[in-house]
Amino acid sequence: MEIKVLKDILDANKQIAARNRQWLDSEGVLAVNLMSSPGAGKTSLILATIKQLKGKIKIGVIEGDVSSSLDAETVGKEGVPVVQINTGGECHLDANMVSNALSNMPLPDVELLFIENVGNLICPASFALGEHKKVLISSLPEGDDKPFKYPLMFDIADVVVINKIDLLPYLKFDTDAFSRAIKGINKKVKIFPISCATGQGVQEWTSWLLNQMSRR
Amino acid sequence: MHELAITQSMLDLVLEQAGKVEAKEVRKIDLVIGEMSGFVAECVQFYFDLLSKGTIAEGATLSCTMIPTRARCRSCGKLFELKQFDWTCPYCQGNSLEITSGKELFVESIEVE
Repeated sequence: MEIKVLKDILDANKQIAARNRQWLDSEGVLAVNLMSSPGAGKTSLILATIKQLKGKIKIGVIEGDVSSSLDAETVGKEGVPVVQINTGGECHLDANMVSNALSNMPLPDVELLFIENVGNLICPASFALGEHKKVLISSLPEGDDKPFKYPLMFDIADVVVINKIDLLPYLKFDTDAFSRAIKGINKKVKIFPISCATGQGVQEWTSWLLNQMSRR
Repeated sequence: MHELAITQSMLDLVLEQAGKVEAKEVRKIDLVIGEMSGFVAECVQFYFDLLSKGTIAEGATLSCTMIPTRARCRSCGKLFELKQFDWTCPYCQGNSLEITSGKELFVESIEVE
């Protein structure tokens, strides 16, 4: 007997993600899923954002890593609530892991929640977490061909942060061509060229974040 | 690596559907996989053999229909297959494209006894 199924394989994950989203909404939290390859600057962007917005809004961080709690310790020093997820080998966070982390996060004390995904440009693109915005960080040393190599990630991003812009004089990276390529397949994407090291462009990024929060 | 998590989700979905009709055995599973999903059919088979042991889906044949990445050019409106990811329309060289297929990842049907 043949049974027509026609169901998304990631349906179960999507359902948990929808529950996470409701939970975050009921607590008035804006959740941002930060994705990038390893070393592009996810933790640095979180730290630069905390530096700019400390005292203005309450920030919380969920740190996803395959192993170790190095990033959680670094971010924890800033005095914001941090929950560590160790995926134990999995190359991405899924909605269930985030749901467990949310149980350990003091949500009434959080207005903006960063979810730092595992460093990877492939798998995290497929797993919804319940976030409101998907932010992709792409850094100059990775090269300007990344949109062509990882199209799904660039297609689903709400925001692309181009990090390490201070290295532009030393690298062959065509920022205009890079931005044009992304906008070619993702018309709605916002692009922020920044340097977490020098602070260049961070203000534009945090203004965007504050704007998203005020719209809620 | 994410094929493991996805294969587990797929198996859960198949067993749930088979359970609804009280099937004794799952013979075949038809999957539809978009090329852009980054999902490798060979890996699915490998993990499926591992994960399905001891379930009613053990030994089932996996059939994967791969969907190529297709796009519509926003300038000239033509539809085409994106063979190389240079994101350029082969008709008018426009580079504003809308991806129309290639992200699929679903179970189309199953055959049970």
